[in-house]
Amino acid sequence: MFLFIASEIMLFGSFFTIYFFVRVSAGTPWPTPPYELPVFVAGMNTIILVTSSFTMHWALQAIKRGNRTGLQAGLTLTFLLGLTFLLTQILEYSRIGFAPYTNAFGSVFFGLTGLHGAHVFVGLTLLAFATIRSFRGHYTEEEHHGVEIPGIYWHFVDVMWIVVYTTVYIL
Amino acid sequence: MANPLRSEGEAFRFLLAALVYFGAIAIAGVINAWAGLVVFIVLTIVAGWWWWRSREPARPRQVGAGRPTAPDETRILVIANETVGGAPLLDKIKQLASASDDTTMVHVVSPALNSPLRHLASDEDKARGAAQERLDNSLGKLREEGIEASGEVGDGDPLQAIEDALRTFGADQIVISTHPEGRSNWLERGLVTQARERFAVPVDHVVVDLGER
Repeated sequence: MFLFIASEIMLFGSFFTIYFFVRVSAGTPWPTPPYELPVFVAGMNTIILVTSSFTMHWALQAIKRGNRTGLQAGLTLTFLLGLTFLLTQILEYSRIGFAPYTNAFGSVFFGLTGLHGAHVFVGLTLLAFATIRSFRGHYTEEEHHGVEIPGIYWHFVDVMWIVVYTTVYIL
Repeated sequence: MANPLRSEGEAFRFLLAALVYFGAIAIAGVINAWAGLVVFIVLTIVAGWWWWRSREPARPRQVGAGRPTAPDETRILVIANETVGGAPLLDKIKQLASASDDTTMVHVVSPALNSPLRHLASDEDKARGAAQERLDNSLGKLREEGIEASGEVGDGDPLQAIEDALRTFGADQIVISTHPEGRSNWLERGLVTQARERFAVPVDHVVVDLGER
């Protein structure tokens, strides 16, 4: 797990290095005029994603207490919130007004948010398996590793989005 | 360095900390760019200080037996490395096995001891191979004594190896076998004391002097 997290940090780190390099070396305002980033929509998306971490935590706490309904509800809500985040991001891409090939700013923006979106997709796949298994009666108070691992991954994805949102959209 | 994403609970707390950290920087940055920089520096120093403090050995949480054991079953978890086939250890296991009428299950964990450099490079094949050889030897000796035992090669950190084994095997008793004082790295590192603090399972210590064999 440690090596996995380390490799993920290096992967995101390389994208952030490009972002800071482009932003500093370009010498133009960020985002490059005349384009604007949908800060409000992305802010709402951030709230959705952070909320999904709370429901994920709730799901795991529920099964640790033997509450299967709580586990199922928590995982379903987490999946739906994650899906909402991803669909909103796709919608945002279609309306944003620039493309990855427009300029360096566009490449960096789509590169960073797309990399994160890919991680959300992987997380949703893991959550889908965990959710289906929870409805099929899997997991107990003692045996819930299949929920714990997607949970760790999902929180990691959320942390990365907080970094992306703060640096790319706000600062 | 402690991995902040070791469990879901720790990952969740890490997320909350990241939320506070980046939220404060973002709010200050929106108000004034310099204020954002100051908040960033201050919070980074605080986070660094907190991380440095957390490196100091704190009283660790108690880890239980991992899973419930059957009422007529006694489970003994043995942690041993080079001393794994020593007579005092075999005597101790036999003594524990004969102490009750319960079915005794013995599980031997042989930590794959590795150099720090090889550990960082995930180059563990040689260490695991050597540990497996020692384990096979040990299980063979236990069988010769009429004790049926299972075994596994564990993490290079003996405490971690015990914790991992407790999660799958569960145990009523842990037996740690070491070289005598002065020749044992594990004793020098306070392994037995740390194990007693960390695990909510009785821990027995057996000294095996291989020079006496």
